[in-house]
Amino acid sequence: MTKGNTRDPPSFPAEVMNAVLGGDALRRCFQCGACGGSCPSAADMNHSPSRLFAMIRAGLRNEVLRSNTPWYCVACYYCAVRCPQEIPITDLMYGLKRLSIQQGLCEEVDAADFSRTFIGSVERYGRSFELGLATRYHLTHRPLGLPKLAPTGLGMLLKGRMALRPHRIKDIKGLRAILSRARVLERVR
Amino acid sequence: MTYAFFPGCSLAHTASAYADSIGAVAERLGLDLAEIEDWNCCGATEYSAIELLPAYALVARNLALVNGDLSQVVAPCSLCYVNLRRTQQALRERETLRAQVDDALAAGGLSYQPGHLSVRHLLDVVVNDVGLGTIASNIVRPLYGLRIAPYYGCLTVRPAKGFDDPEQPESLDRLLRALGAEVVDFPLKADCCGGHMTQISADVAYGLLRRLLQNATDRGADLVVTVCPMCQLNLDAYQDRVNRHCGTDFHLPVLFFTQAVGLALGLSPEALGLGKEIVPAQQVLRAKWSTEPSPAPEQPRRPHRRRRDPTLPMPEARSVRHG
Ligand code: SF4
Ligand code: SF4
Repeated sequence: MTKGNTRDPPSFPAEVMNAVLGGDALRRCFQCGACGGSCPSAADMNHSPSRLFAMIRAGLRNEVLRSNTPWYCVACYYCAVRCPQEIPITDLMYGLKRLSIQQGLCEEVDAADFSRTFIGSVERYGRSFELGLATRYHLTHRPLGLPKLAPTGLGMLLKGRMALRPHRIKDIKGLRAILSRARVLERVR
Repeated sequence: MTYAFFPGCSLAHTASAYADSIGAVAERLGLDLAEIEDWNCCGATEYSAIELLPAYALVARNLALVNGDLSQVVAPCSLCYVNLRRTQQALRERETLRAQVDDALAAGGLSYQPGHLSVRHLLDVVVNDVGLGTIASNIVRPLYGLRIAPYYGCLTVRPAKGFDDPEQPESLDRLLRALGAEVVDFPLKADCCGGHMTQISADVAYGLLRRLLQNATDRGADLVVTVCPMCQLNLDAYQDRVNRHCGTDFHLPVLFFTQAVGLALGLSPEALGLGKEIVPAQQVLRAKWSTEPSPAPEQPRRPHRRRRDPTLPMPEARSVRHG
């Protein structure tokens, strides 16, 4: 292993590929750029998807896992249907989000917290709950953003489009047991 | 045939107009939808961002709850549809995943083996199972005079190998035409509405929404018709914010496709949840919906290139031979 090199040992690409079902397809990427060219969020990403894949191969763990690219992915699958090498790009973006959180490198704190708040609501009720979600998220993360949220939220309430109370599924215990067992199995995966 | 119905969380709240109109239209067309007992959230685009196996187990619980006599699950939300479809496919293809998910389900007293179930989008079922013929024969009040932009969004037709072309789908176009509406050519019809991006970055989200609204407006649409609660929410409830953020002036009502079908079937606007949209459709309907087909011929459409056509899009001046 080289010392004093800013690059990581070559285990990083393997780590990324292992984080995703079918992720080893990433080996086949030949840098045609079709993914970046199709991506509706590319302009706002600090690295295009194809460049991010080249960086993964180069072992640039920090730069990759700190990147906003996966967090600006809206999961539209344009890249995936256009990739000539049939690489599951959208799934890789999800995988990179997970790795960046697990390794404490995620810089898109708001986006990650939004996802966490969402799954918290699912664990609590078995359903997602827009009003609670929007309020809790905005109160904890963007207290100043709340007035901006209000007009839309208010209009929706008046039109009966937002519930004031969440609905809890009947077998919430069963669901929680399933999720915690899955979490245990994930650790040994 | 009875379909197992997975409504998804938004139908209870933000997309209650979708729920109303699905109920009314299904009853009129004899489409039998049996809601899955005690279903849970599909995880949207959030669960997979945090955990992998729990994300699959979460969706698999719904598949496990489907009544064993039924062979088709139908989802009206494109995000639910894609999560159910991807999970079903991954469980079918991957033995280890299947075993682990089944192990997790056992903790909640359930079990699931992906055998015969197929996962369908409601649009697919309406167009291909109920069929345009049946719908046409039930039309009471054709949607003459209305120029509609058919909006599929991304997850209705992607990833590939679904029920329609992943980039230039046609099923909603065909349905709306069968209803008597004038379908405008809408190049961005399968582009993304931004999903949850409104909560993450206003610049990115409003930029995506603006492109869609601009494209539909430029093509002369009176209305946009969607097949997904997320798309409807973003285009409708955030339209005002897009206008303020981008200095635009869009007033484009966004309806669910089942509301359009219901109107043509002669169902009452109230039964179809009309009026719940933030940008009201009433004015446009009153002004443009006519009892006569519009006299003007449809705008000329560019010839459609077949997907497997091996030629380059060249002018066909001389006869060219292939092979
Ligand atoms: S489209 Fe596929 S092969 Fe081309 S750069 Fe992107 S991931 Fe690589
Ligand atoms: S799935 Fe993500 S990375 Fe791929 S084109 Fe869509 S937004 Fe871009």
